[in-house]
Amino acid sequence: MVQLSYYLVLSGILFACGVVGFLIKRNIITIFMSIELMLNGVNLSFVAFAAHWQKLSGQVFVFFVMVVAAAEAAVGLAIIIALFRTRETLNIDQVNLLKL
Amino acid sequence: MTPNLHLWLIPILPLLGAAINGLLGKRFSRQTVAAVALGFCGAAFLMALWIAARFSSLSLPHVEVLTGWLNSGGFSADYSFALDQLSLVMLLIVTGVGFLIHIYSVGYMWEEGGYYRFFSYLNLFMFFMLTLILASNYLLMFVGWEGVGLASYLLIGFFFLRDSAAAAGKKAFIVNRIGDFGFLIALFLMIKHFGSLDFQKVFDAVKPYSPETTGVGFLTAIALLLLLGACGKSAQIPLYVWLPDAMEGPTPVSALIHAATMVTAGVYMVARSHVIFERAPSALMVVAIIGTLTAFFAATIGIAQTDIKKVLAYSTISQLGYMFLACGVGAFSAGIFHLMTHAFFKGLLFLAAGSVIHAVGGEQDMRKMGGLWRKIPWTWATMLIATFAIAGIPPFAGFFSKDEILWRAYQVSWIYWLIGLVTAFLTSFYMFRLMYMTFAGGYRGDAEAAHGHEEQATDSRAGAPAPHGHGHGGVHESPPIMLVPLVILALLSLVGGWVGVPGSLGGGNHFDKFLGPVFRSTTPPVNTQHVQPGETVSPEQTTEGTAPKTGHSTEIIFTGISVGAGLLGLFFAWLLYLRSPQLPDRIAISMHGLYSTVAHKYWIDELYSWLFVKPLIAISGIVFWRGIDQGVIDAALNGSADGARDLSDEVRHMQSGNVRSYAGWIAVGAAAVIAYMVWIGLRTQ
Repeated sequence: MVQLSYYLVLSGILFACGVVGFLIKRNIITIFMSIELMLNGVNLSFVAFAAHWQKLSGQVFVFFVMVVAAAEAAVGLAIIIALFRTRETLNIDQVNLLKL
Repeated sequence: MTPNLHLWLIPILPLLGAAINGLLGKRFSRQTVAAVALGFCGAAFLMALWIAARFSSLSLPHVEVLTGWLNSGGFSADYSFALDQLSLVMLLIVTGVGFLIHIYSVGYMWEEGGYYRFFSYLNLFMFFMLTLILASNYLLMFVGWEGVGLASYLLIGFFFLRDSAAAAGKKAFIVNRIGDFGFLIALFLMIKHFGSLDFQKVFDAVKPYSPETTGVGFLTAIALLLLLGACGKSAQIPLYVWLPDAMEGPTPVSALIHAATMVTAGVYMVARSHVIFERAPSALMVVAIIGTLTAFFAATIGIAQTDIKKVLAYSTISQLGYMFLACGVGAFSAGIFHLMTHAFFKGLLFLAAGSVIHAVGGEQDMRKMGGLWRKIPWTWATMLIATFAIAGIPPFAGFFSKDEILWRAYQVSWIYWLIGLVTAFLTSFYMFRLMYMTFAGGYRGDAEAAHGHEEQATDSRAGAPAPHGHGHGGVHESPPIMLVPLVILALLSLVGGWVGVPGSLGGGNHFDKFLGPVFRSTTPPVNTQHVQPGETVSPEQTTEGTAPKTGHSTEIIFTGISVGAGLLGLFFAWLLYLRSPQLPDRIAISMHGLYSTVAHKYWIDELYSWLFVKPLIAISGIVFWRGIDQGVIDAALNGSADGARDLSDEVRHMQSGNVRSYAGWIAVGAAAVIAYMVWIGLRTQ
């Protein structure tokens, strides 16, 4: 039986990797993948807790998260394609027109 | 089972008239406007007559609750009306005299602009006045009380293009506010102590109290505050200053509001609250003193006035003083009696004065009149009757009521009687002075040919209602529609006093007996302060309607004296203004200081201006306007707006357009939230 703490540490590492990638990467697709990484880190902790407490609700939460992530990916990728068609770039630093 | 009289209809009828004329009247012809106004006012009068006819079959006081009104905590007030002898008398006076003045106005205002507006206001006034009279609790009475103030303001300022009229309207309103403030505080005290404003409940709660002879109790406080309200409305010292200025309004308004009805509301209110006043002897004494002083003071001012309406205005103040004196000595029914006769003869005097002004094309200065009696005989004759009535010459109406007041005043203190007597002399003097200056001698005005175009200029300045203007053919009698009310009021001024002929003159004093049930039932056991030593009056004899202790012969002597005072006034007026007209000027010159003091109304307006108005304006300018309004209220508003703008100026730089910096802020925020939650979790462990 693997201890709960191992899962949580792995989950934390995955989440931290996601945060770092989200903050430092300029390529918008990479940033997108970092967000997925964060979501999956959180998912891991959910299923870990669900297994630990023998409760189904954690698993159900994960399904919700995956559904939302899928929807988000669909919308997000559509935005990225539209962006690329107009700006011909994926560098997030060059997408800076919306400001005061 | 008492019949339902639908008392609420009486005030509502004129309100309907006011609404119809006010909302639609602009499109109506003058005939339609007059028909609407007269119709609804006349309907109210007919209904009052109908009620009077059924009066004897009622169980009194007859209270009708229309609907609930306020219900807040333990306090509640109903929209309810009450009828008893007192309100019946007032009802008949207000609807009757009011209807006559409406008729008169149809003729008087015919040439004026804003015809529908005038009648709408006039009907509105009737609505509020009838509400005031018929209310069965103080709160509803207060609604009427404020409402007549509003109508008065609107009508004084009817010729609002003239600055003086607008200013007079404001003055009347503001001075009345001071009195209303006292009234309102009295109402709060009643709610606090009695938990109700219903007349019946308040009076029942008051009845167990014995008169507060020592110190100042809350009954005295309530009574004095009510008196302050009454002083404002009824133009008594120190709040009388608005009434002379109120003469800026059209003359029928002066007759209706500022002579016959509204200004007597204070007297009515004091009489209505007599249960409270009787238990506050010191307050009652203040009422008597204020009444006496006002009567005398205003009469002296009346002597030196040259504007015909101003003389009548001061005369009104003086006569109201008599009514207060009557209330102050506990002779409430005598006060109401004088109120009634005064409504007849003073309403008539004003209407006749309006007819005179109408005849001479808007001139109000008596020095420019004279010799008019041949030209306007009807006006002259009716006004003469009214003058006899106010001067207290028997058998005219004013004689009986004034004599009753003086006699009752004498029983309390000879000082009241003496001042009242001197005032009676002065009243007679200035009224006959007015008559001689206006009607006797030769015409002193401009040549009659001048009654054409030049007149417009003087009129707009003189403040008189605009004259006929073009085609005004010299001095002429008024049309019949104005004369008929004059004649009816003259008849009432003649016979109106006969309902109260005192026992000493072989009458039954029916008026006193009629009002008796209202005032008698509640007289307190002992009234120590007003009873002079040696004149032990048993409780029954302090009440209204019972024969005074002193015999009839003494009363007849006093009657003789007061008639003598009236005739003496007539004689002096004849001597000074008909026989040797140069004499008044000589007297004025020889007693210059006194004369100019009186002619300038004792400089009371200047004193008030210096004492209250100017400091108030100065304080308002510096403290309230610059200090509080601009410094605190505006500053707080502008300051918060400025602060928000400055803050936004800083914060907007965060929206740089750089998406990664947004991501950074999100991360920082998330970290802060997590840190906070961890901190909370650690602390609660």
